[in-house]
Amino acid sequence: MSGNHPGLSNNFSRSGEKFSWSKDNLRSIKNIISKYPKGREQSAVMPLLYLAQEQNNNWISIECIETIAETLNMPKIRVTEVASFYSMYNTRPVGENLVQICRTSPCWLRGSNKITKTICKETKCEINDTSDDNKFTVVEVECLGACSNGPMIQINNDFFEDLDEESTKKIIDNIKEGKPNVIGSQKGRRSSENA
Amino acid sequence: MSDDLINIKVNQKEIQVDKNLTVMQACEIAGEEIPRFCYHDKLSIAGNCRMCLVEIEKAPKLVSSCTMPLMEGMSIITNSEKVNAGRKGVMEFLLINHPLDCPICDQGGECDLQDQAMYYGFDKSRYKENKRAVDNKNMGPLVNTIMTRCIHCTRCVRFATEVAGVPELGMLGRGENAEITTYLEQSITSELSGNVIDLCPVGALTSKPYQFKARPWELKRTDSIDIFDSVGSNIRVDSRAEEILRVTPRTNEYINEEWISDKVRFNYDGYYQQRIDTPYIKENQKLSISNWEESLKVLKDKLKTLKPLALIGEHVDLETGYAIKKFMSNYGKDNVECRTDNHAILESLDSYRFNTPLNDIENSDLIILVGTNPKIETPIINHKIFKAYNNDAKVFNIGENISLNYKTEYLGKSLSNLNNENLIKALKKSTNPLIIIGSAFLNKIKKIKTLKSIFSYADKYKVITKEKNNLNFLNPYASRVGQLIIGNTTNNLCEPFSNLKKDNFELVLSFGSEHIANEQFNNCFKVYFGHHGDDGAMGSDIVLPTPLYTEKNGTFVNIEGRPQEAKKCHNPIGSAKEEWSILKKLSDELSFDFIPNTFDQLRSELFDKHPILSDYHEIIVVENSTSITPDIEFEDCKAEYPVSNFYMSDVISKNSVTMAKCVEEIISTPSLLEKSA
Repeated sequence: MSGNHPGLSNNFSRSGEKFSWSKDNLRSIKNIISKYPKGREQSAVMPLLYLAQEQNNNWISIECIETIAETLNMPKIRVTEVASFYSMYNTRPVGENLVQICRTSPCWLRGSNKITKTICKETKCEINDTSDDNKFTVVEVECLGACSNGPMIQINNDFFEDLDEESTKKIIDNIKEGKPNVIGSQKGRRSSENA
Repeated sequence: MSDDLINIKVNQKEIQVDKNLTVMQACEIAGEEIPRFCYHDKLSIAGNCRMCLVEIEKAPKLVSSCTMPLMEGMSIITNSEKVNAGRKGVMEFLLINHPLDCPICDQGGECDLQDQAMYYGFDKSRYKENKRAVDNKNMGPLVNTIMTRCIHCTRCVRFATEVAGVPELGMLGRGENAEITTYLEQSITSELSGNVIDLCPVGALTSKPYQFKARPWELKRTDSIDIFDSVGSNIRVDSRAEEILRVTPRTNEYINEEWISDKVRFNYDGYYQQRIDTPYIKENQKLSISNWEESLKVLKDKLKTLKPLALIGEHVDLETGYAIKKFMSNYGKDNVECRTDNHAILESLDSYRFNTPLNDIENSDLIILVGTNPKIETPIINHKIFKAYNNDAKVFNIGENISLNYKTEYLGKSLSNLNNENLIKALKKSTNPLIIIGSAFLNKIKKIKTLKSIFSYADKYKVITKEKNNLNFLNPYASRVGQLIIGNTTNNLCEPFSNLKKDNFELVLSFGSEHIANEQFNNCFKVYFGHHGDDGAMGSDIVLPTPLYTEKNGTFVNIEGRPQEAKKCHNPIGSAKEEWSILKKLSDELSFDFIPNTFDQLRSELFDKHPILSDYHEIIVVENSTSITPDIEFEDCKAEYPVSNFYMSDVISKNSVTMAKCVEEIISTPSLLEKSA
């Protein structure tokens, strides 16, 4: 099961395209590396992996790893080790929208199973799978830290909280139609104030 | 230095130890054995197997002794119930995912996990969940992987990074998904890669050629010496009946520590390929099978009339060399040559050996490689240079711009680059500089003045001082230093081989030297004494079979001048006879003076003549030579490296199937990276 999770796979693959840093990223990299003491530049591997993932359609290809290794002058296997250790670096291609469903106890008690079912049905893909139109990749994850607003999901960088089947379907539909979504609580709560 | 000592108690026994040690090291000094998997004294401390738990008084929980520093007054308990229970718990976790396949595992019988499970293991499993299985990884033609057996001690990862200097191994994933692999499952490109097999405490990494061949208790152990480079690594040859089944290192802290090169570890299948098993005589341009009687009769007749020259190959031991010298002395002087590659020397021992004790290389802060590629010529010396490099030594390179596993500053192609400004600046700053002159230049030097200039240069920049001599000469051949000590060379200090005029000699006796096939001997009658049929044997008029180094006793002097013994492991193949006994027989028939009747007599005569050689394992001590010229002048010569392919540098390796696979998979196959580029 976990082997198929895009973030928990030890098998890396090539994208087939050359990966080189964008101009913006080159600037940020300079800034990031300057935060570490001289000789410890390799510590910047995690922020660089994050930048690479952002630039490379939300996943880390072998080309990304090689570019990072070259940038930080470190062995490729060391970059690979870090990238494979953390579940939030995707080691295989994912759809445009990475839907992460929290399934840890608080969300589960508040009905995350139903949310999962709804999402799978609406996006037409299984857990750890990518939809045929490459719009969605659905994964189950452990606690994302918004327990008081469970059940919740994360789509790319945004949290959607206080979900039920209806609001979940609405969110997915909006994404499909390219309409904007309300971020955060779907019940109009501000942060985690009393409902 | 009482400051550095602290008082501790181990199992109530009071001892004084260095305060910089760890708890585990202190326990070892106290004589308590601590079980461990991940800790290895040549590698950095990882502390991830948790097997070395001990109790420390006043500490609430058990601590892992390998990672715990000592403190004054510490009281360590290694044998309490609590410790035992802790270790049993750790062992139970380690065994959860370890398969019960000891009966088909190559490590069985010499497995750390198996041994320690005898002490700390439970007799049954309480584990009811699914067991994990891990795909096997490709690590090249030498290392076999059965990764489900891996217990993630990371010794191999640390070895590759810290000792071999090729950061290609790593642990991917985490927790239950953790897997050891090489980067993209490429072959390990190190010349020392086989050592991960010895390091692996379980059967995850085992030897591919040795797979399913034998059990450790069936093997006969013979102590020997690696003769495939000049370092003289100590090896242990394991054989069953008349066949060598594997070669592993013996620990020698002064030379190879615990490592050996892949060549000696894996080329043993070549010992039995293409062997010359019986005498051959050339008839009608074709070698045909003969016998000892006939071939020696022909040789004897030739020896009566023709003037002979003896060539000494790279695998010839001292006793054989001495017998050859003794035999040839009946024909006058200057008729034995071991420097068949034109190796230039001065008279003194310090002009052809590695003068720095190998263990001191790591203390140098500036290393100059001059015409040498230690990575493929002498991997063990390369490892020591890598150690120095990790201690912040700067490495300069002169000759070809070779690729090594550490950064070097390339100065140029010719010897005169020794006068490079940057280098001189660095030399003046350095406190312990070291120069290694390799065969690539030594074999090309034509003027004695150049050699003397090198000495003057070393003297000028404090490479040679009263206390130390860090000017080193490196050649890759196991026989060379010893043969030069007993004087098996002509008086010609430079270009000895090209100057051997064929007019002066009519009969060439080659003892394993392939140079007999050179054009310069085309008109001579050629006799090849050797064990492998290659160019040398093919072109000869008589071929006589002789034993391999594992089939006879012999002394070799390593590159730093340390005599060591290689012992006989099994009887020679076919009708091979030891060289000295052939020469003895010929001497008797030619009524020469050749006293020794047995090998032991020969050896004691050798030691009587050269007492410095009799002290096994000790470096021969000599005064620093004073071959110094006032002006330093280097001639211009092109570097030509003696070894271009690590896996096929001699007749034995050339005949090894394993070595051929290495060439195919490691050298010839471009890595995935290059393919994509």
